[in-house]
Amino acid sequence: MNAFNQDHFALFGLSQTFALDTALLEQRYREVQAKVHPDKHAHLPEPDKRQAMQWATRANEAYQTLKQPLNRARYLLQLAGHDPRIEDNTAMPVDFLMEQMELREAVAGARVERNAELLEELHERLRRQIKAQQAALGDDLDVRQDFAAASDRVRQLMFQEKLLQEINDALEVADA
Amino acid sequence: MALLQIAEPGQSAAPHEHRLAVGIDLGTTNSLVATVRSGMAVVLNDEQGHSLLPSVVRYDADGTVTVGRDAQNRQAKDPKNTIVSVKRFMGRGRKDIAHIESMPYDFVDAEGMVRLRTSQGVKSPVEISADILRSLRIRAEGALGGELTGAVITVPAYFDDAQRQATKDAAKLAGLNVLRLLNEPTAAAIAYGLDNGSEGIYAVYDLGGGTFDISILRLSKGVFEVLATGGDSALGGDDFDQRVFCWIIEQAKLAPLSHQDARVLLTKAREAKETLTNHSQAPITIKLGSGEYVDVTLTTEVFADITRNLVQKTLGPVKKALRDAGLSPEEVKGVVMVGGSTRMPQIQRAVADYFGQEPLNNLDPDKVVALGAATQANLLAGNRLPGDDWLLLDVIPLSLGLETMGGLVEKIIPRNSTIPVARAQDFTTFKDGQTALAVHVVQGERELVSDCRSLARFELRGMPPMVAGAARIRVTFQVDADGLLSVSAREQTTSVEAHVEVKPSYGLSDDEVAAMLKDGMSHAADDAFRRALREAQVEAQRLVEATRSALSEDAHLLNESERKNVEAAITKLQSVVIGDDRRAVDDAMAALSRATEEFAARRMNQSVQRALAGKKIEELQ
Repeated sequence: MNAFNQDHFALFGLSQTFALDTALLEQRYREVQAKVHPDKHAHLPEPDKRQAMQWATRANEAYQTLKQPLNRARYLLQLAGHDPRIEDNTAMPVDFLMEQMELREAVAGARVERNAELLEELHERLRRQIKAQQAALGDDLDVRQDFAAASDRVRQLMFQEKLLQEINDALEVADA
Repeated sequence: MALLQIAEPGQSAAPHEHRLAVGIDLGTTNSLVATVRSGMAVVLNDEQGHSLLPSVVRYDADGTVTVGRDAQNRQAKDPKNTIVSVKRFMGRGRKDIAHIESMPYDFVDAEGMVRLRTSQGVKSPVEISADILRSLRIRAEGALGGELTGAVITVPAYFDDAQRQATKDAAKLAGLNVLRLLNEPTAAAIAYGLDNGSEGIYAVYDLGGGTFDISILRLSKGVFEVLATGGDSALGGDDFDQRVFCWIIEQAKLAPLSHQDARVLLTKAREAKETLTNHSQAPITIKLGSGEYVDVTLTTEVFADITRNLVQKTLGPVKKALRDAGLSPEEVKGVVMVGGSTRMPQIQRAVADYFGQEPLNNLDPDKVVALGAATQANLLAGNRLPGDDWLLLDVIPLSLGLETMGGLVEKIIPRNSTIPVARAQDFTTFKDGQTALAVHVVQGERELVSDCRSLARFELRGMPPMVAGAARIRVTFQVDADGLLSVSAREQTTSVEAHVEVKPSYGLSDDEVAAMLKDGMSHAADDAFRRALREAQVEAQRLVEATRSALSEDAHLLNESERKNVEAAITKLQSVVIGDDRRAVDDAMAALSRATEEFAARRMNQSVQRALAGKKIEELQ
């Protein structure tokens, strides 16, 4: 059985759920890297070095996909054969959109004023929202197996995470 | 500490098989070479007992090449042919170099990496760096009494692909087998981490002669994981010297200086800066070649004043790196100071103030990088002892992107991605029958190509001709453990692999490197031939040993005919290795490599499955 072609969860011996023990993921990742990393094969012939690079790259890809909740959710949808249609489906609930627009305006204002304190506050607020979304996502995927609901939530989360990054960028400018 | 060496089957650490490996710190101002001897990392000194080799190279018209102290002492005599701080020119174009007009060098007016006209012809920074590396190789081989298996060469973490590739090319020219390009802050972290054995989040603040790096690492259970890295590859001690230099000219009201006088004054400026580390005043008195007198005194206050914004400049990348890592300064357990320039009291203070703790200075900031590199080299060369099992997870410092329509950049690999890392992107053709495709890769965080740094143009040739838009060409961008990018492409419907031609924007093409290698060889023709043959024989020996070792443990992974194939290839190689036909040895080695490709894949697969097998049973319980 070719371990290389397994899905990311199988690669690390984890169950295919959104709920994830991050400490365990990290431990498994390190165990795999300890075996495959190019540094462990630097003195060996080319074929071994090539294998090492491919495997270490694979391990990094799997780790990054499973580590971030959003990536993990998208991956689970992909494994279930469900395409969240991120590019063309832009429909979002009205109250969600209103909330986001309000946040966005507050961020824009704070950015112009270089108000680091307000930006930190907005950052915290958005982070709490994102955490709630992630909890709901776990419910959609693991408990109810409602992939359509999960897809909607994934699209919303992408929107929110983008805003979080913008707040980080604005904070960088405000701090400078 | 002497360790009891217990050899595992197939992983012999027997004394006679100890491989000679070194760590090299190729610095802007000074370079060092270190090795692990009797379980301890030590810097190797030259015959006069000096550990530091000034990174200065002098080219005399009679063909003599002088590296180090001698070259440095005579730099004022012939500044044009005495190259100082060549690291600042690696992978850089004319426009990248600050104060280029005031430099005494004769730069060739051309695109790409700068070149200098010297009394020995036009030199690339790669060749000049190779001269420094060669000097260190000779020093190491003399001290260790044998040929080197390989070397770990350090580079600033913030070095881009062009700068890294230039360093690797220089090592090749110097006759060194590069085991790994290692980031300087990571090397320092190894030296500290293994020395202190502490777990936690560490920041490495590395201010060298010409570069500044900040890396945030997490040390835990023998794993050194870089969380984020940042810096400025054109900021260092040299810039502080430059400020003092300008201040002296102002204070002493000097007329425009000759290149010789400028060199002398710059040296004085550096000495004054160094004096202020331990004194509150530094007198500068000298009579210049022009006849003018300089008699001024630099105080700590004035020095701090004229260099304040340089110190501030280092804090920007620090803040960004912490943000990228998702951490605040309070979460950092220790700040490691690396690089001679961190001796400046105002740097120590600025760092202490920002992190709210006294920085760690217990290891010599000049040597710590070389020592860490030597420790890693020892591991990579295969001299592993039980207990030597740390893992380095490093990152790429700058985002990689592709140029798309309208001069925009599409980011394919974000900065701080753990390496090795790969990304695939699908392309299709524009015209009917199109057989080639060009991809322009840039590095940087901005959205416009013009605001990013051009890395190279990759030309993909030999695609099967198809109707426009029908081809699906998967281009894979792979960044290896050295932080270097390679590109491969395959047309998906026909599985035809493209031939990739690399045109680096600030580097040497493969042909140029090959020409330089040949050039170097023709100066010592017979010797070089013998050396190349011996290298091939040694490598062949290692290949045979490694294959035999793999067979002794895992022969069950091959079927009868596969095993016979491998044995035949081994026999063939052994029969040609004793002769002196270099080409035959290379061919036989390539054949053995090919024969063991699938074997290597199966062994790796088995290794991973074994690592997780026990866990799966736990999971079920």
